[in-house]
Amino acid sequence: MGLQYIGLSEINGPLVAIDHVVDASYDEMVEIKVADGTTRMGRIVQLEGQRAIVQVFEGTNKLSLTNTRTKLLGRPMEMPLSEEILGRTFNGAGVPIDGLGEIYAEKRVDINGQPLNPVSRVYPRNYINTGISSIDALTTLIRGQKLPIFSGSGMPHNELAVQIVKQAKITGDEDAKFVIVFAAMGVKNDIADYFKRSFEEAGVMEKVVMFINLSNDPIIERTLTPRCALTCAEYLAYEHDMHVLVIMTDITSYCEALREFSSSKGEIPGRKGYPGYLYSDLASLYERAGIIKGSKGSVTQIPILTMPNDDITHPIPDLTGYITEGQIVLDRDLNQKGYYPPVGVLPSLSRLMKDGIGEGYTRKDHSDVSNQLFACYAKVQDARSLASVIGEDELSPTDKQYMSFGNLFEEHFIAQGADVNRSIEETLDLGWDLLSVLPMEELDRIDDAVLKEHYDHQRAMERFNLKEEKIIKELNV
Amino acid sequence: MSENVIYSINGPVVTVKDATDFSMLEMVYVGNKKLIGEVISITSHATTIQVYETTTGLKPGEPVYGTGQPISATLGPGILRNIFDGIERPLQEIANESGAFIPTGSNVSSLDETALWDVTLKVKVGDEIQGGDIYATCPETPLIEHRCMLLPTLSGKVIEVKPDGQYTINDVICKIEDEKGEVHELTLCQKWPIKDPRPVKERLPISIPLVTGQRVIDTLFPIAKGGTAAIPGGFGTGKTMTQHQLAKWCDADIIVYVGCGERGNEMTQVLEEFSELIDPKSNRPLTDRTVLIANTSNMPVAAREASIYTGVTLAEYYRDMGYHVAIMADSTSRWAEALREISGRLEEMPAEEGFPAYLPSRLSQFYERAGYMENLNGSTGSVSIIGAVSPQGSDFSEPVTQNTKRFVRCFWALDKSLAYARHYYAINWNESYSEYVTDLAKWYEKNVGDQFLKDRQELQALLAEETKLMEIVKLIGSDVLPDDQKLIIEISRIIRVGYLQQNAFHKDDTYVPLVKQMKMMEVILYLYHQARSALSEGKSISSVLETGLFDKVVKMKYDVPNDHIEMLDEYMPMIDDAIAHIQ
Repeated sequence: MGLQYIGLSEINGPLVAIDHVVDASYDEMVEIKVADGTTRMGRIVQLEGQRAIVQVFEGTNKLSLTNTRTKLLGRPMEMPLSEEILGRTFNGAGVPIDGLGEIYAEKRVDINGQPLNPVSRVYPRNYINTGISSIDALTTLIRGQKLPIFSGSGMPHNELAVQIVKQAKITGDEDAKFVIVFAAMGVKNDIADYFKRSFEEAGVMEKVVMFINLSNDPIIERTLTPRCALTCAEYLAYEHDMHVLVIMTDITSYCEALREFSSSKGEIPGRKGYPGYLYSDLASLYERAGIIKGSKGSVTQIPILTMPNDDITHPIPDLTGYITEGQIVLDRDLNQKGYYPPVGVLPSLSRLMKDGIGEGYTRKDHSDVSNQLFACYAKVQDARSLASVIGEDELSPTDKQYMSFGNLFEEHFIAQGADVNRSIEETLDLGWDLLSVLPMEELDRIDDAVLKEHYDHQRAMERFNLKEEKIIKELNV
Repeated sequence: MSENVIYSINGPVVTVKDATDFSMLEMVYVGNKKLIGEVISITSHATTIQVYETTTGLKPGEPVYGTGQPISATLGPGILRNIFDGIERPLQEIANESGAFIPTGSNVSSLDETALWDVTLKVKVGDEIQGGDIYATCPETPLIEHRCMLLPTLSGKVIEVKPDGQYTINDVICKIEDEKGEVHELTLCQKWPIKDPRPVKERLPISIPLVTGQRVIDTLFPIAKGGTAAIPGGFGTGKTMTQHQLAKWCDADIIVYVGCGERGNEMTQVLEEFSELIDPKSNRPLTDRTVLIANTSNMPVAAREASIYTGVTLAEYYRDMGYHVAIMADSTSRWAEALREISGRLEEMPAEEGFPAYLPSRLSQFYERAGYMENLNGSTGSVSIIGAVSPQGSDFSEPVTQNTKRFVRCFWALDKSLAYARHYYAINWNESYSEYVTDLAKWYEKNVGDQFLKDRQELQALLAEETKLMEIVKLIGSDVLPDDQKLIIEISRIIRVGYLQQNAFHKDDTYVPLVKQMKMMEVILYLYHQARSALSEGKSISSVLETGLFDKVVKMKYDVPNDHIEMLDEYMPMIDDAIAHIQ
């Protein structure tokens, strides 16, 4: 071909229009040579007769209507792939930025991927041990799941993600390779550094593929970052049988980039100015988690998003929650009390855990413990709200016991610290000990036989240094 | 006639200039890959087409071919046990042909064209047959007999009939001659445009419940066969769980499950679970009566819009055979969003929250296809629609929920706080309603017992009373309440935990027959009445609670197996005895 188009006919934000284009195809890549010698990449987003609208990834700074030469590349946006990508760092558009040169590609794959056929999926059933009690016991992460962290500004979601990366273990399948794909979208410089440093300290750098799009990088690149990352993840999982954990932060910045791009295209906005196709767009990312038949690998996603103003009904967390299989919600009150990780247990949920826990996966009594902990902790909230009205002294004896259970649960179970790695046995035993603080008849979600096997009031009293008299005294108040 | 070519491309929307030979809603093939599309608007200079597949790689100048037909579903044996995408393409076939990912422009026929069916002919030469009449049958699955019906638009005299035997869906088994002398060849299958409701003789009044075995639904908010229900709820409140449970246990003959813009893993779960689960009535896997339509959230958005219509068309087809069909649509909000997305690309003037102004009329067109009908061939059948709604931000005042509310008669509002406390079904008993109770009263009286509706009424009154009392308790604590009001709170706890809450993973509790539901209500209310009279004799509420009766009654749902319902009768003497022994 080699046909080049000189000049542009319109520039608007990240979009440019070119007239009299022949043989262009939708979603095709273009290369724009600017007079100052730099080259930019772009993609055709709309075609109307011989007019093509192109989004320019690196932004339209310094472009004029006359100083460009545009070449159509005849292919959609592709990512070069080979096993060498492990340990490498790329920019948001998939170009290496670690100074180690280009990737020698085994194959090139369209970053948009193709929808996974539901009949070819394997239903996810086995868990990933994160070593964090509140996640392992109550919102278990399953291989092939997409489980986002809903956070807010100033909360330790990055620390939590790093801790998960450091501690995550695949159990039951010892030779399987476990790797991490990390996509940073619109993050601050020091956050990107923090992740890099933490991965290096943990000695996992050669198992990580990093994509970095900083907050001052072009927004168009940001809309490509997760797609590049997921293309890598799919390649490693389905063609090299690896278990891939994809961490994407921050989805909120991604959505804002999408909104900016949509409004510059002049599209009709939906709720809060986000484009009407935000749901479909997010789904095209999240749905790329999973396991497929005929491959041993899996793609598990932990997207992180900061809820604007801690509002869980904001379109971004809202739509995300409808697509993902549960969510881990961080709680500002717990964070202010200094508890780490501040996982808000009640609004958190893992939809896939019911099939991935219990005998053969974690432990037989797992679902009993988690159901009962949820139920009891829900009652703690009732007792607390009552106490805030009538005062703690006026509570009934049972409510008082719930109050002390609630405090112990938060101090010991939730607040485990950034360096503590608990096995699933330790976590479940701790759960039993906490439940044993309460009278046996309050544990109404558990079968009597199971209860008798594990319930030990005495042990619990000793473990948490509680005096029986104190409890008895409270009962008599 | 000149060739029609693509002029512009914007996402799934493609326009063709100066074409005059297309008609509205006609199905077209777009581009060299022959992507499937539909004509959605025509002006004198441009025709707009929505494409059901991704348009990456499409170029202006590529051809567009008309088919002269609206988008249609192929109806015939082989639908059941199958899983289709939104425009009735079999996903298993696509996977066999092209692997784990769905390619564009794949052209596979909806139904297996090579399978042989054991066909029995039901007409003989010389018979006059009308539209809707059954001319042949074949066993589609061990549970369901497939009945081939004459297209509603045809009628005539049978002039040729093949003998009984094995045929594929495209073999001609019968020929008829209509009034004009034209000969029509009949096969096992037919085509029907998905956006047209199939005609019926008459809509019948609603009188029979769709029994689900789920206590909160059957008792408090029942749905009728031929009825409509909506399940709105934020994420994590259990919409999909509820839909799955209903699909597993409701007493319809055929289930059409439409996964519209939802999670891929969920569809896999349905596929796996339904093939493992055995229907207690027939001892056959549930898949034998189920058809799945899966258009997951990452599949093309235009096909998502079509999936709802495809689902309801399949449902109507089986209704015409005389079956009771239930269709689960999960979720209609995703469908509405697909409408919004397409509307946005067409640059139409948006109404509320960017949704197009025709959203309510589209919703009503969908829900009105439900009903209890007398079919053209004289048989009766029903289509019940249960649609999940995913309101943005769990806010029930958003347009999809509000408009759906106007067109359904049964509303099961899912509640976030109940879900957080892991109270499933998280159906809020104050906000939900069912308008079918009076329609179904006769049936319940005749088939379950006179007491059922009275007990139901009392249960509801107690729950309403509790809600009022809880307002007071929240302010000043429960200690200050008089004993009879404390009793109401205690008994309501039993109703909530021991009755309304139901465990889908427990072998007995996952499905509860109506008779057991009634007996359980009786036990609870008996306990209430006995305890109340004990109080009026001057006994204290704490002494009544100490009998342990309340804990026993809460656990009766687990303690009494479904095949030993008579064990519930033993609770009454036990209650009498324990209360008599209070000092």
